[in-house]
Amino acid sequence: MAFPSLNLLLQSILSGVFIGGMYGLIGLGLGLSWGLLRQINLAHFGFVFLSGYLSYHMVTVWGIDPLLTLLILAPLFFAIGVAQQWLLSRFKISPFNSLLVTFGFTVMIESLIQYVWTADFRKLQSSYGEEKFKIGGLFVPVPELLTLLLAILLAFAVWAAMRFTDIGKAMRAMAEDGPIAAAFGINQRLLSLLLSGVCVAFAAIAGVCFALTFTLTPTQIFSWVGVVFAVVMLGGLGSAIGPLVAGIIIGVSEAIAMVIFAPSWAPIVSFSLLILMLLFRPGRA
Amino acid sequence: MNKVILSGIFAIGAAFAALPWLGVPAFWESFLYLLFHWIILAVSWNILSGYTGYFSFGHGAFFGAGIYGSAYLAGTIGWPFLATLPAAILVAAALGVGLGAVVFRVARVRGELFALLTLAITFVLATIILNTKIDGGPGIYLIGVDIPKLGPSQSASIYMMGLVAAVVTLAISYIIYASKFGTGLFAIHDDEDVAEVMGVPTYRYKLYALAISCGLAGLAGGIHAVFISYVTVSETFSIAVPLSVVLMSILGGSRHWIGPAVGAVFITCLLYFFTSGDYAVFGRAMVGLILVIVILFMPSGVLGMIAQWWRGRTRPAAAVSPPVHEAAPTAAIVRLAAKPAPSTDVLLQVRGLTKAFAGLRAVDNVTLEVRKGEILGLIGPNGSGKSTFINLVSGHFKPTAGEIIFEGQNLAGLDAHRFAQAGIARTYQIPRPFSQMTVLENVAMVAMFGGAGMSRTEALQAAEEFIAFAGLSQRAHALPDDLNLHQRKFLELARALAARPRLLMLDEVLSGLTPSEINEAIEMIQRIRDRGTTIIFVEHVMRAVMALTDRIVVLNYGAMIAQGNATDVMNEDSVKAAYLGKAHA
Repeated sequence: MAFPSLNLLLQSILSGVFIGGMYGLIGLGLGLSWGLLRQINLAHFGFVFLSGYLSYHMVTVWGIDPLLTLLILAPLFFAIGVAQQWLLSRFKISPFNSLLVTFGFTVMIESLIQYVWTADFRKLQSSYGEEKFKIGGLFVPVPELLTLLLAILLAFAVWAAMRFTDIGKAMRAMAEDGPIAAAFGINQRLLSLLLSGVCVAFAAIAGVCFALTFTLTPTQIFSWVGVVFAVVMLGGLGSAIGPLVAGIIIGVSEAIAMVIFAPSWAPIVSFSLLILMLLFRPGRA
Repeated sequence: MNKVILSGIFAIGAAFAALPWLGVPAFWESFLYLLFHWIILAVSWNILSGYTGYFSFGHGAFFGAGIYGSAYLAGTIGWPFLATLPAAILVAAALGVGLGAVVFRVARVRGELFALLTLAITFVLATIILNTKIDGGPGIYLIGVDIPKLGPSQSASIYMMGLVAAVVTLAISYIIYASKFGTGLFAIHDDEDVAEVMGVPTYRYKLYALAISCGLAGLAGGIHAVFISYVTVSETFSIAVPLSVVLMSILGGSRHWIGPAVGAVFITCLLYFFTSGDYAVFGRAMVGLILVIVILFMPSGVLGMIAQWWRGRTRPAAAVSPPVHEAAPTAAIVRLAAKPAPSTDVLLQVRGLTKAFAGLRAVDNVTLEVRKGEILGLIGPNGSGKSTFINLVSGHFKPTAGEIIFEGQNLAGLDAHRFAQAGIARTYQIPRPFSQMTVLENVAMVAMFGGAGMSRTEALQAAEEFIAFAGLSQRAHALPDDLNLHQRKFLELARALAARPRLLMLDEVLSGLTPSEINEAIEMIQRIRDRGTTIIFVEHVMRAVMALTDRIVVLNYGAMIAQGNATDVMNEDSVKAAYLGKAHA
């Protein structure tokens, strides 16, 4: 066990907050479709990576600004989300089988990525990708900050939409009791298509942020599954703000565990938190 | 249990055992070994997850515990390899039981939560192994480990170990499938609460199934350690193991003992022939595509499809048969000549029974007696606590205070299956049959686990009789979903009777029936009492209450407000007030 200097500790906590933003951003769409549509969309991770690779491709090959790729990718992935939901509802897939079907999609996406971009590491190079500035003694990298800000923005936008708009209220009613909501005139079919589209569009946004901050490789897809699941469960299924808060809690505790013990101990933090929560407050999910 | 199937498993195993001596190339030995390996993993996963419906994503953890158990003991400490296998089984089973003992205590951890918990355990275990002396980072080499000579060559020896383990796993899977234990597991799958109330010791059964499932996964891991001969954390605990196993079982059919093996053979061949060589990427994509198509078009798996098709073929015969209530009077039941006079012996004594839900006292300090052979009517307005009372006396709820003394034994606080085994049975107001069991299996299941405690063979015979009594013989092999409400209500009755209860609680069996169906049901309840069963009868149909009951008890807001002879009680002012309001009284 090593006792780090205060500065190192603060820098770690800050990077924990940033990685927490990433967890929260990926977890947002996953948790919404899980909680409101009762679908465990494993393909969410595939979509995040696919969007990351597409963004990488547009930036490196076509020379488009990374943030502009969002404008292309978000609508494109919205359409993919709608199509996926159409397929799943057409066959009346149960929550558990949705996990298996979307696992199938993920494997196909992984193969596609490997075929097009090979299994090599890819890093998106952009004008601000490496940029960072200093506040006090702490370095703040711009792409990470951007991710965190987007995560906060989207989480609050969803929260406000669920709370104050008619569509948001209708979605909550649908999640509570679909058939009853339908009997009161809520178009369940349309809403679920819309919601699924939004969730997958969020995956696309997370993917662009991912490409800005991390090195891409197709086999990494599954290594994010465990911790993001933990984030979503801790944050509460279908919650807008929850995944972000849980993501930051897990990110920070991992970062602290990394400096105090060793980086390889980090996974135990999130999963111990998850196990404790499942055992003592199973009602959360 | 079918001896032919069991000997068939061993005969096929023996045939495969001859292969190494026939000079089969080493390539085929290792390919077949991989087949056995996945068969063990998929079939063992299914023993818990397929049979009980508790999907585990932690099979990788138990498999990994086995791999590292063997690798550490043989590779690092230097035990002889065969001695490490029992250790691998024990370590994996102990891990599973330890996990299950905690997790299954938390009543709300079901389904998805269990799946995630087991997934989380995989990552925790991997982290611990990676960071401690067990692995420490670089992995463990087993190159120098002596493999016991079980065949002409080294690869043949590993092949033989895999074969033996696969045969044993399949045999265990079949034995459980065809046993009373297996029936209990399937009941847990369909409706765990009802299974417990019908007498299945659900907690213990889940732990047993988990232990067997994990132990076999540990065995597969132990053998696999020497097959791959270099063990690393990232390979062992990858997400590929649990997901492949789930996929194989679903594909083959997870409600069948051999389903996962079918799926394992299919997927392993597919992966092997498509992912070797230049087309590896396409192979993986193909596997993904097949998974999607299978789940979309045959969600119950290959064997599930076959079973469905088989039922579909046999159903038309049942469809043209006459409706059940016409068949009922012909049921071969001899009615006793005289109605037995209720004795003064006390069968059930309830003292100060109270159940509070966060402040609301649904049943409040109720004290009453039920005498042998009587029909006690339990009435009261909606929300007066009748259903809670039944849930307490059947053990589903644990009382906040009070005693439930049945035949001299205080049952309060025990698990529900102990109530059932003591001789108490109930029906549900909204029928809750086990949805994936046929009518016959539903009834036989209760005969096995209820107060009668029969063997599977006896229970199936007895079930025929009870189904005839309830007039459902024509539909014995139908699934509950294919029955109408009337038939489902009678199935509830047949099921409760099959337990041969000494106390039967009927929760609004008449609600939703037509007047002529009610007459039929009243007649049947009389026949049940004629057989010597004591009955607590909860009902809103006052005509039936008046016709059937010897005494009635009236509940209001959880408290008992009157008891005695039906006519007298109904004329009491407090009872009129409870039903009609104060002004009238």
